[in-house]
Amino acid sequence: MAEAHPVGFQWVMEAKRRGAKVFHVDPRFTRTSAVADTYLPIRAGTDIALLGGVVNHILENELDFREYVLSYTNAATIVSERFVDAEDGDGFFSGFDPETGSYVQDSWQYAGHESDSGSGHTAQERDSAAGLRHESHGAQVHGETLRDETLQHPRCVYQILKRHFARYTPEMVERVCGIPREKFLELARAWTENSGRERTGCLIYSVGWTQHSVGVQYIRTGAIIQLLLGNMGRPGGGILALRGHASIQGSTDIPTLFNLLPGYLPMPHHADHPTFDAWVDSIRHPGQKGFWGNARAFGASLLKAYWGDAATPENDFCYGHLPRLTGDHGTYQQVLNMIDGKVKGYFLLGQNPAVGSAHGRAQRLGMANLDWLVVRDLFMIESATFWQNGPEVATGEIVPEQCRTEVFFLPAASYVEKEGTFTQTQRLVQWREKAVDPPGDARSELWFFYHLGRRLREKLAGSDQPRDRALLDLAWDYPTHGPHAEPSAEAVLREINGYDVTTGRLLSSFAEAKDDGSTAIGCWIYSGVYADGVNQAARRRSRHEQDWVAAEWGWAWPANRRILYNRASADPQGRPWSERKRYVWWDPDAGEWTGYDVPDFERTKPPTYRPPKGAAGPEGIAGDDAFVMQGDGKGWLYAPSGVLDGPLPTHFEPAESPMRNPLYGQQANPTRKVYAHPVNSVNPSPPQEHSQVFPYVFTVSRLTEHHTAGAMSRTVRPLAELQPEMFVEVSPELAAEAGLTHLGWAHLISGRAVIEAKVLVTDRLTPLRVDGRVIHQLWLPYHFGFEGLVTGDSANDLFGITLDPNVLIQESKIGTCDVRPGRRPTGPALRDLVADYQRRAGIIPGRTPPMVTVRRPAGQADEGPGEHADA
Amino acid sequence: MGIRAFIEGWPVYRQLTGTDPLGRGAAAQSGRSARLTARTEGADTVARSVCPYCAVGCGQRVFVTDGRVTQIEGDPDSPISRGRLCPKGSASRSLVTSPLRQTTVRYRRPYATEWEDLELDVALDMIADRILAAREQTWEDVDSEGRPLNRTLGISSLGGATLDNEENYLIKKLFTAMGALQIENQARI
Repeated sequence: MAEAHPVGFQWVMEAKRRGAKVFHVDPRFTRTSAVADTYLPIRAGTDIALLGGVVNHILENELDFREYVLSYTNAATIVSERFVDAEDGDGFFSGFDPETGSYVQDSWQYAGHESDSGSGHTAQERDSAAGLRHESHGAQVHGETLRDETLQHPRCVYQILKRHFARYTPEMVERVCGIPREKFLELARAWTENSGRERTGCLIYSVGWTQHSVGVQYIRTGAIIQLLLGNMGRPGGGILALRGHASIQGSTDIPTLFNLLPGYLPMPHHADHPTFDAWVDSIRHPGQKGFWGNARAFGASLLKAYWGDAATPENDFCYGHLPRLTGDHGTYQQVLNMIDGKVKGYFLLGQNPAVGSAHGRAQRLGMANLDWLVVRDLFMIESATFWQNGPEVATGEIVPEQCRTEVFFLPAASYVEKEGTFTQTQRLVQWREKAVDPPGDARSELWFFYHLGRRLREKLAGSDQPRDRALLDLAWDYPTHGPHAEPSAEAVLREINGYDVTTGRLLSSFAEAKDDGSTAIGCWIYSGVYADGVNQAARRRSRHEQDWVAAEWGWAWPANRRILYNRASADPQGRPWSERKRYVWWDPDAGEWTGYDVPDFERTKPPTYRPPKGAAGPEGIAGDDAFVMQGDGKGWLYAPSGVLDGPLPTHFEPAESPMRNPLYGQQANPTRKVYAHPVNSVNPSPPQEHSQVFPYVFTVSRLTEHHTAGAMSRTVRPLAELQPEMFVEVSPELAAEAGLTHLGWAHLISGRAVIEAKVLVTDRLTPLRVDGRVIHQLWLPYHFGFEGLVTGDSANDLFGITLDPNVLIQESKIGTCDVRPGRRPTGPALRDLVADYQRRAGIIPGRTPPMVTVRRPAGQADEGPGEHADA
Repeated sequence: MGIRAFIEGWPVYRQLTGTDPLGRGAAAQSGRSARLTARTEGADTVARSVCPYCAVGCGQRVFVTDGRVTQIEGDPDSPISRGRLCPKGSASRSLVTSPLRQTTVRYRRPYATEWEDLELDVALDMIADRILAAREQTWEDVDSEGRPLNRTLGISSLGGATLDNEENYLIKKLFTAMGALQIENQARI
């Protein structure tokens, strides 16, 4: 955090000054480790084992915050008798379909709901990254459940959880993660001792956590701990994702993503959502509790914002205009389709996949096989010049005279040359004022897309083609100003906020959304950002002039609420858990919820409220159901649906690992998304043969002085001077083993690529003794490329493409490689070296390893849990 | 210069008689440095802004003189950053004023070995034509069972995490109406 989010880290130091104990878990000793109380080096890719150990520590010693757990989580809920845990299935839960490598979730459901609330077969949900939809709401589950408040029922969630993590002991943590058991216990004790009525603990992760084939389950494990300890919805608690781009949260909320519409409404699927009603019902789940019950109003209002006057209740608000998903249309599938010649044109908008995406060579080969490419950026980036200066030009794989891609480079306006909002990592929307005009031909994306849309509509005017209706019906009339006819960002923000169609009055919250076409809302969760006709995101009341919640600085979605689910900061009766941790509470005299923040609860619903039988939607939420977006009103220790790879997190090895899974016969996540494409490959892992060809683990992360793919830092003189060169960090032990010298060159080889880097021998990396053997880990920054003031080989070239099944994010925080002293070969010899390694490792490009681990025949060493005695 | 001004201009005198007995500040200041002012002082305008790098969302103040960005500093009012910026945020002025920034449209014809210039308006028109052609070539009305698809898989897009919400809103809205659903950004990566 001190490296990649230094200014946010000041609050960790502030907490430390006030007595907080700071733990830092990282494969590499960083600036964060330097100021932490305890640093724990970990084998990359084993976080579920570590966190599972904490869960086990809590449950074994009954250290959970019992009153919170009973009231606000699903600990007491009884699960179907058909459910079989991964502990009894050697890594598989019940319902696995080996044919598709995915689960049928019926048996995971709560007892009595096996057929009516299952999300069924999940192969299709995986392709549409359906897990992402749950960013703002829980998955489908029926509101009424069977419970055992004593937590003794063998099939209640609490007991299932206890059994599931029983083997995640301190000894197992040591064996899997390489963290000594005493160090682990220090962490587990500090975490539990600093949670409860009087104290809260906070879990902070950076998005390296998401870049794993089990990324979502990493975060789930953290969520289980935070729920067990009563740290959710309370001040000083929570799980904070430190995201890496100025508005990456905004671009998820108001998505430029294939599977989402604004406000986490799903893009329709051709088979599941044939009609507007079917689409709405798939979101609101009739009979379910919670605020998604109003999904019809949110959906209708979005379509009204899109298609204006053309959208009427009679034509289902032009629902038929929406394009339909048929499967996986994610960025990696797109790139493989580019290589196969299926994609004509590609827009790159402030993004540099030639450096920033996994498997850089696949990215560049894809871009070299387009009809046209539009790059909009501040600088001439690698993704614009791959045809001229890319590594494949050197190897002869891309020949400029034979590369047909037509490239348009359009200069973009910088963030000070336009106005608009960024949404930062805690959902805070902040308006930026424009400082100066953009230079020359530089324009904002707002300008580019508004005028592109205008021009497309002009060219299509009078068309009677049905496919052009959606463009011609589009509500595309924004006021412009200035010599370049810049569209008004405030007008767009007002549309995002939503308005009454007849009067034009701006809505004050999404509670005003209507399903009859009388309201238009561009993104329902942002409704209120323009409440009272005021740009709330532009508020800048000084921190010196308001309390610590700082509710008048910018605006947070939803409803300017700074902590989600903050009903949980009060006890079931509505009283603060303690004076120290007072945040939101029930005021019986006034008959309403009050506190420092906007209560995340219906303002006048008393804690004693109990819903009438069969009540659904918001009415179904009881006065002590703190998790108001969840179908049963509870925080989920156990996820009966919504998470595609299991209701509980389970340790699997990364797709590429030098280690056999010490916990289960199943080696890696059996539901991970793989692509059998000739350009892609996966290095072998045990029990497959030849894993020793790639004996080392490498991981990547950011430098303080550079930013992602380098377009905004390798082009900036002071930053380029501070970090001028690509390098690799290795431990003295590995340097001795591999013959590397400090400040000399090394090259790293994976099944995809060879890259070179200067060697930094440092004890920031330490060999880990894991399960009776030594594991060496290398670290690389991933910022370098072949353009800019400072250049170097790209670390992301080393990675193959394997994705998390829930959100289709690639595993690019861990891979296996070999390392050799000296510079890499150049020209065609470089590809020969990769081919040689592929041959030695038995890699056949385009063929993926078996998803279900195939054990070696009897008599041959497997190293798996069955054959290997506990160390 | 009078005698008095001469004596008072003598650093040792100021050190012995003034508020700076250690001679590290006011006493040692030369006339030139006393006359220096921060470039923020004479700024024509100050824009309230937000750092463009990571997602912490540090407040910035952008100082502008004669239509040029002269300084970008942390906003001390921000409850998030309390006026602080990291090395990247502190380099924001160098980012926006970098001489490496491209300010004109560049165009590479198929099979060409060099870039050439192109008018912005012509580029916009050519891109619009190519979008319409890609739709024409790859449009899918219905699936094999006659269910609507309304789409093209011939157009892709990547980017958005560094852009404004308003921009992402228009991008998604326009692409959706074009039937182009292969829209992605860094949140997938």
